[in-house]
Amino acid sequence: MSSTKYILGLFADPDEMMDGIDKLQKNSIPIYDVYTPMPIHGIEAKLGMKDSRLGWAAFMFGCLGGTTIFSMAYYMLVHDWPMNIGGKPAFAIPDFVPFTFEWTVLFTAFGMTITFFYATHLFPGRAPRVMDFRATDDRFVIAIDAKTNTSHEDITNLLKEAGAVEVKHNDRKYVSYE
Amino acid sequence: MASHSESIIREPLITGKDITYAQITNDILRPVEKMPGRAWWIGFTVASIGACLWVFAVSWTFWFGIGEWGLNKTVGWAWDITGFVWWVGIGHAGTLISAILLLFRQNWRNSINRSAEAMTIFAVICAATYILCHMGRPWMFVYSLPLPNQYGSLWVNFNSPLIWDVFAISTYFSVSLVFWYTGLLPDLAAIRDRAVGVRRRIYSVLSFGWTGSVKTWQRFEAVCLILAGISTPLVLSVHTIVSMDFATSLEPGWHTTIFPPYFVAGAIFSGFAMVQTLLLVTRKVLGLENYITMFHIEAMNKIILLTGSIVGVAYLTEFFIAYYSGSEYEQYTFLNRFIGPYWWAGCMMYGINILMTQLMWFKSIRTNIAIAWVLSIVVNIGMWFERFVIIVTSLHRDYLPSSWAMFYPTWVDMSIFIGSIGVFFTLFLLFIRVLPSIAIAEVKLILKSSSEQAKKKVIEHGHVDPEQLEFYKESLVVFDSVDMADYEKR
Repeated sequence: MSSTKYILGLFADPDEMMDGIDKLQKNSIPIYDVYTPMPIHGIEAKLGMKDSRLGWAAFMFGCLGGTTIFSMAYYMLVHDWPMNIGGKPAFAIPDFVPFTFEWTVLFTAFGMTITFFYATHLFPGRAPRVMDFRATDDRFVIAIDAKTNTSHEDITNLLKEAGAVEVKHNDRKYVSYE
Repeated sequence: MASHSESIIREPLITGKDITYAQITNDILRPVEKMPGRAWWIGFTVASIGACLWVFAVSWTFWFGIGEWGLNKTVGWAWDITGFVWWVGIGHAGTLISAILLLFRQNWRNSINRSAEAMTIFAVICAATYILCHMGRPWMFVYSLPLPNQYGSLWVNFNSPLIWDVFAISTYFSVSLVFWYTGLLPDLAAIRDRAVGVRRRIYSVLSFGWTGSVKTWQRFEAVCLILAGISTPLVLSVHTIVSMDFATSLEPGWHTTIFPPYFVAGAIFSGFAMVQTLLLVTRKVLGLENYITMFHIEAMNKIILLTGSIVGVAYLTEFFIAYYSGSEYEQYTFLNRFIGPYWWAGCMMYGINILMTQLMWFKSIRTNIAIAWVLSIVVNIGMWFERFVIIVTSLHRDYLPSSWAMFYPTWVDMSIFIGSIGVFFTLFLLFIRVLPSIAIAEVKLILKSSSEQAKKKVIEHGHVDPEQLEFYKESLVVFDSVDMADYEKR
């Protein structure tokens, strides 16, 4: 049994990498993950990933923000201390529009981004789990779990065939831990 | 998507031969990874002297009070609010580039959005300092927040545009910061993976553990799209609310319904001019001519022309409405802009913003870097005078002739303004030193579709309409980063 944990196919070109994904999938080899220096559209469909639900989170946070400030203003201006400003009504809804809008946007932005960071496990100081250092530079990396896929030679050949410039057999999952 | 090649008649967004993904990373990270050159140090020294002047003048204001400014009973708002509106306006271009152009799928935004957004954040910081300074006692800022207090609680007046402004500016600043920083994560990870030692540790913390996995990118794109979607109405709301600070008053010259669109157009106008001022220098000093090309410069000049013309139309509308209103106070205010003691400020405003901008109709001017740079500074001077004219010229002679007065700035007024420019440039120069000034991942995205080399490949491949090819070659002539000799051979 070899000590290889992960097989990495490093591509220099995104289209060749897509080809590599197709080839692996045709041969029923499950892909662990793909790391790219830029967003490549179409991978998520190939890997069968569901659409992000962050839009729903954003909508909910927006509703929360708008409701929060509207209720606050209602409590302060209408309920707690209504003031007579030139005999005008205390509950002046048109005046409530600007800050209700601002807090809708504020809560949407922060709520959604924090949800994104939480769901993706991104936070300041998190140890980067990097499989290959060039995946943020100029390499498009397909990672395959070597423990569950035993035919390492076949995988290597498939990746090379698709145009991988380098195939790595890594004994460690992440190279970024020192 | 990466292999999609676009029409040949579109100008390339990345020029240069044999640009690879690795070279993009190298080119953009060079200023971050190498020690800065002499130009940077000279700029930084001058800017930080300005920033020190700001610290001194603001401390002086806090120590001796607002009385140290040139304000008087009639002109109670002058350089402070002028500076505030000027800086907020400048900030608007960054959000326009990062949000509105994203929604419109304008790929040319990819190489300028990062520095434009940074500029937004620094400009809003400068604007916010004016809000704090003009309070004289900055700790009183807490009373502009809807917090329980010992007076009842006496709540803030939510009917006031000034309170809307507190909400608008704070939301605008924080949302811009979130948008900018989220976009920075992949590029911070790129620096981290190339760095060693302490630098790696620092960028590791800053990059939040970014890996670039499929799910991360998918969510990242969703977040960016939604942030762009909400930032677009946000940026329009911010200057609308700033304009309402004036428009909801009864002051002649302020009390007009055209203010919101007029202010928003003016904001984008001055903001793009500032982006132009910064980027024309940055691309030269950092050697980024291949990424910020003549196409980008010309496109920005076209936006300056468009928004400048909208501002021009708004000026004419204002004059017409002043005449048409039949209100003698309104009419006098607008006449006073030309025949009053501040006629020179009015001339600066109208002369620059309407007349000088029209030079941009000429392609030879739009594509001349030196002229475009000078014009971009001239535009910002004109826009400063616009705010000065609206604010001071309206206030200094309104309803009661017995209260008419002039405004004379003191050295404190001037130092705070000059100093705020110093603060802005200090922050910007630090930014280009420690963070990638171009969004690396986004530029890589268009390498295979919109670069000069990709188009060259299409040409070599044949099957290109000769007429279109000729058009393409002609459009390349103005590019300073394209070697036309390559195209003569064929």
